Amino acid sequence: MNSFELVTKLRTFLPTEAVLHETEDLRPYECDGLSAYRQTPMIVALPQTENEVAEILRICHAAKIPVVARGAGTGLSGGALPHAEGVLLSLAKLKRILDVDPAARTARVQPGVRNLAISEAAVPYGLYYAPDPSSQIACSIGGNVAENSGGVHCLKYGLTVHNILKLRVVTIDGKILEIGGEGMDSPGYDLLALMTGSEGMLGVVTEVTVKLTPRPEKAQVVMAAFDDIRKAGDAVANVIGAGIIPAGMEMMDKITTHAVEEYVHAGYNLDAAAILLCESDGAVEEVAEEIQRINEIMNKSGAAEIRTSHDEAERLRFWAGRKAAFPAAGRVSPDYYCMDGTIPRKRLANVLSGIEALSAEYGLRCMNVFHAGDGNLHPLILYDANRPGELELTEEFGAKILQMCIEAGGTITGEHGVGIEKINQMCSQFKTKELETFHAVKAAFDPDGLLNPGKAVPTLRRCAEHGAMHVHRGEEKFAELPRF
Amino acid sequence: MIDPRPSDIIDHFADIIRAAAGHKSPLRIRSGGSKDFYGSRIAGQKDCRILDATAYAGIVDYEPTELVVTVRAGTLLTELEMELRKHDQMLAFEPPHFGSAATLGGCVATGLSGPRRAFAGAVRDFVLGVRMLDGRGDDLSFGGQVMKNVAGYDVSRLMTGSMGTLGLLLEVSLKVLPLPAMEMTLRMSMKEAEAISKMNLWAGKPLPVSATCFCNDELTFRLSGAEPAVRAAHAKLGGEEIVEGVSFWESVREQTHAFFQSQKSLWRLSIKSTTPPLSLPGKQLIEWGGALRWYASDADVDAKAVRGGAANAGGHATLFRSPDLCATVFHPLAPEVMKIHQRLKEKFDPMGILNPGRMYPEL
Repeated sequence: MNSFELVTKLRTFLPTEAVLHETEDLRPYECDGLSAYRQTPMIVALPQTENEVAEILRICHAAKIPVVARGAGTGLSGGALPHAEGVLLSLAKLKRILDVDPAARTARVQPGVRNLAISEAAVPYGLYYAPDPSSQIACSIGGNVAENSGGVHCLKYGLTVHNILKLRVVTIDGKILEIGGEGMDSPGYDLLALMTGSEGMLGVVTEVTVKLTPRPEKAQVVMAAFDDIRKAGDAVANVIGAGIIPAGMEMMDKITTHAVEEYVHAGYNLDAAAILLCESDGAVEEVAEEIQRINEIMNKSGAAEIRTSHDEAERLRFWAGRKAAFPAAGRVSPDYYCMDGTIPRKRLANVLSGIEALSAEYGLRCMNVFHAGDGNLHPLILYDANRPGELELTEEFGAKILQMCIEAGGTITGEHGVGIEKINQMCSQFKTKELETFHAVKAAFDPDGLLNPGKAVPTLRRCAEHGAMHVHRGEEKFAELPRF
Repeated sequence: MIDPRPSDIIDHFADIIRAAAGHKSPLRIRSGGSKDFYGSRIAGQKDCRILDATAYAGIVDYEPTELVVTVRAGTLLTELEMELRKHDQMLAFEPPHFGSAATLGGCVATGLSGPRRAFAGAVRDFVLGVRMLDGRGDDLSFGGQVMKNVAGYDVSRLMTGSMGTLGLLLEVSLKVLPLPAMEMTLRMSMKEAEAISKMNLWAGKPLPVSATCFCNDELTFRLSGAEPAVRAAHAKLGGEEIVEGVSFWESVREQTHAFFQSQKSLWRLSIKSTTPPLSLPGKQLIEWGGALRWYASDADVDAKAVRGGAANAGGHATLFRSPDLCATVFHPLAPEVMKIHQRLKEKFDPMGILNPGRMYPEL
């Protein structure tokens, strides 16, 4: 079936404006949040109902046309990069909140609903949707399911996989699956977990039932400055060793602190080798006790300076710098390259000194921001793509960081997903037989390999070279979104 | 902590699996046997060879400040819990043992969680990674030892609760949590409908409730956390303090509580928490804030009616214990969902030798 035939066929049940095929109409869909990779699709389809989604998939399945599902397109690993001979299936028009059940603490929503919109709808009931990826103002819940998105509070409140109950999924042959249930578990294999984080490779999510969490009465944050990054790492271990699970625990190194302080004036200690932000939330009595204990631990861990937020404005100011780390990188350098490795926290000091050594070796600066509670490290390599050869050096530097994360017992991606970006690094992390298992899982849902081909799991043939995420000045999509 | 030559044990397991695959003869994976009662009977169980998985035991790695423990599947659950307790930590899903021989492998393979589940999460929520042998005897690792990991499909959680039908668990990495500084068990009298609405109301507020149990017109609940928070919640919620709280929750978890004694069949209904009282002949015990209803009956039970009731309440019913060894245990799956299950089984265990029929006859 050629493009013209497909457009005609789709327009028998979709409105004319819901099937795009002119180049200028396709252009906005050529990339997601990872703009280094671009590809215009053959066609963009914008269904409004689950039935329309199923019909599109049935047609594509019959004609063996690849389909790439897309939510808000804010992903950072190129998971929604279109296929040149395929349909880009936008779920953006399925954006209704179908039901909020305050008594059962659940919300049933369509995949195009924005993450933050769910929490906003739950405000009247004192509830919210806990996972809060930094792009939550724009990213959609369908995309969150595809990537198993986290957020700065996930050590305490979990990732997407911990906060959803049920999915409606359309398979490539147009069949509708109900996965999970309204209870706390479901019979059979845990397909809910398998779907979560599957990067659009197994099926198209058309409805999500999420769990809602009671809003904590109070939140307060402690900001501690350390003259040695090792001490800051120890402080994190000491907090957790004391039996505290902070609502958020974030670390920034000196180069980051300097870059963001200039930008947001959060009042960070500029002499510090590392700044730690440690948040407590919950009942008023609980927070008061925990904050006091965190203060004591920071003190014993050798913090050079400790400050506790006294009101909400101050709490937000302490956080502002951390949340501005990515834009700040964009200010101090023409380009930056964001990594997303996760490591066991005890290896932090070693990995950071390894990064420092690489930084000297390559002559490229690197800012480090760290979700310290859960070991998720975001090194931001600063470079200038206009200098010949610097981009290639940066790529090599980044690949070595990911290799270091794997060697430290960690993973190449904590939260951004593999997508197209880290597809080659998958070859380093997994053995051939494990990659074969992934292909087998894929084939159980999509035997013809039509959903999002070429993403998330490399073909064994491909396992050769290395790639990564790049942000070039002026080209970053969603530059206005916070990224942390 | 580690036995010598662990690789020999794995080679031995792999040899057994390969031989069974070669002969297409089924294997029954078993460790302590504490959960032998659970699940359907394995096809051809009588002459089915047992793969005893207890030999591969021991804690591989435990770093309390990382909140992660990596454990060999044959490790006794009691041994693991004791080690965690030394560092004031716990398995937050409060797994039932059903016998002193219970191992971590059986705990993860059955996917069963205890009283704290509704408030802390289930086994699958704490599984970070697995090492396993599939039906070809291939040694595979998925997930890892870190909290956040989105590389590859979540095979670790797929293995959790799969009743040994997809592979033999070798090692599991789990997230652990600190023991609460204080726990307090409280009780108040009320009717079932009121208890259900109360449990749901509490769950919607930032309260440190960590377990609930309604039985015989009494709602028993547990508060866990920092002392000031527990005291404040007690003042808010009321209730009479029960001194033998620890043993009470153990009796619910291990089903030694009087409710679970001498019944013909025990059903487990996992449903929407706000479901009003279910009218079924016999007696019920409610856990998980209303989301778990245990149903016991001395009389013959109409399985269809139980399953229908659970399905109408957004959930499913499991025949948890029954004298009838041939009865269907797990809730039937929709045909399209079963098809995916069958394809997954085919991929992980092409010869269909691992615990065939333990979950569904088709798997």
